[in-house]
Amino acid sequence: MRLQFILSEIWIGLRRNLSMAISVALVTMVSVLFLGLGVLSQRQVDTMKDYWYDRVQVSIFLCTAKSDLPNCSAGAVTDAQRKEIRSQLDAMKPLVRSVFPESQQQAYDRLKAQYKDSPSYRDIKPEQMPESFRVQLSDPTKYDVITSSFIGAPGVGDVQDQRRILDPLFNVLRGLSYGALSLAGLMVLCSVLLVATTIRQTAFSRRRETGIMRLVGASAFIIQLPFILETLVATMVGTALAIGLLWAMVKYGIGYLADKLPINFITTADVLTVSPWLTVIAAGLAMLTAWFTLRRYLRV
Amino acid sequence: MALESIHSEERVQTAAKPQGDVIVVEDLWRTYDMGSEQQVQALRGVSMRIKHNEYVAIMGPSGSGKSTLMNLIGCLDTPSQGRYWLNGQLVSELDDDQLARIRNKEIGFVFQTFNLLSRATALHNVELPLIYNGTPAAARLERAKESLTDVGLETRMYHKPNELSGGQRQRVAIARALVNRPSIILADEPTGNLDPTTSLDIVRLLDRINRTGTTIVMATHDDEIVDQLRKRVVELNNGELIRDQHRGVYGAQR
Repeated sequence: MRLQFILSEIWIGLRRNLSMAISVALVTMVSVLFLGLGVLSQRQVDTMKDYWYDRVQVSIFLCTAKSDLPNCSAGAVTDAQRKEIRSQLDAMKPLVRSVFPESQQQAYDRLKAQYKDSPSYRDIKPEQMPESFRVQLSDPTKYDVITSSFIGAPGVGDVQDQRRILDPLFNVLRGLSYGALSLAGLMVLCSVLLVATTIRQTAFSRRRETGIMRLVGASAFIIQLPFILETLVATMVGTALAIGLLWAMVKYGIGYLADKLPINFITTADVLTVSPWLTVIAAGLAMLTAWFTLRRYLRV
Repeated sequence: MALESIHSEERVQTAAKPQGDVIVVEDLWRTYDMGSEQQVQALRGVSMRIKHNEYVAIMGPSGSGKSTLMNLIGCLDTPSQGRYWLNGQLVSELDDDQLARIRNKEIGFVFQTFNLLSRATALHNVELPLIYNGTPAAARLERAKESLTDVGLETRMYHKPNELSGGQRQRVAIARALVNRPSIILADEPTGNLDPTTSLDIVRLLDRINRTGTTIVMATHDDEIVDQLRKRVVELNNGELIRDQHRGVYGAQR
């Protein structure tokens, strides 16, 4: 009975104030879209990190005859040194999950296979390539243990963690996601201001009606409720559109990339995971803004 | 008469309990801050008592504090200083929601500008106070129709305000004020927008309502109406009460 009356009031309010309701919905949509993009790209970085860190290795490069690394002044690695390194690695289980020794020829073959069309590596010879131990760690974050144990050891030219190669990529991706989140912050500020202005304007245009509601004894809550619910409806429409767009972007955009590239990408399941949070944030902000604005601009 | 049937229950109650004061205001002040340390004292220490079933006209020139006093009595505003009892309850210290409940249950308002929802029918306008206090739909409809019949608008229930004359609109407002069977009706310049004949009709209608046991407080400019009414007159000037004159016997006690 009363609910039906309030619902009809909201419907009338939205219809009479359609252009403002649409603008609130659209600005909310863009804000939530950026917020979603920021959060999803963070998840993308995490997904890629999980995938790649599981595969990256720490490489212990051994000295070659032609090596000019400071630690290789004594010349190429000796058999005794090589054995010592290997036995040390074997003793470091379970942190060291597996060790793969790569000879100079194998390194050369891999380089040739990877860069077969590149002129830069055309003149390179197998003896110029470093021999190495490729070490897979059970916990890739503990690469420091390997680095500190082997850097400067006899016969070791250099120790390289492949994570360092990937880090710039992840940094760029993280930067992009922070960029999206910053834009989202700005857009959220815009939508908060727009919601506040809309409510203020609506409260002013309906001051006669709210005055009548006061006269006949409607409580403050009942007078404010249509404003809050109208704002909520407009924001939820915007949020639903944003979530729909995010879903479509991941389904068709990322989905297309995932078919072409051997990289782990986020899926629509990630969109569904973050959606409730986006909805709660949008609804919470809308209601808080409505509440503050009404306290300031609606006499009850 | 149907109007009397609406109020029969109240009349019994009024008759059963001692004829006390329905409104007691004591040293009521209302100061408005106009910014930059400028203050306007709209009401300056007004004290008065209004008995059950009285018909009081509050008079005074524009800016004398009539509307401020009506707003305070109607619980639409709270005093800056002083105390106000309505039916024995100290309302000057109630919060907004409690005041809203009192406006809904105890007070009916009639204004110069009618204050009707333009998009709603007369019937729906009269139903409003019942909607807000959660009266079930069937009872709501019945009481709203009864109230409109009492003010002579039984054939205009489904008309919207812009399809009604000024006098009819004011009758809708009076029907709405009556629908919750309030103990007082506050009429702020109820004839201000009406021609002399219609004004008299409205004043007579209020008089009829008063005879059934409802206290009426009416702010007005209209000396002629007040003279014809021969009721108690309270006059304000510059926020102070300057005259309180009883000119007759009131309401059901007549």
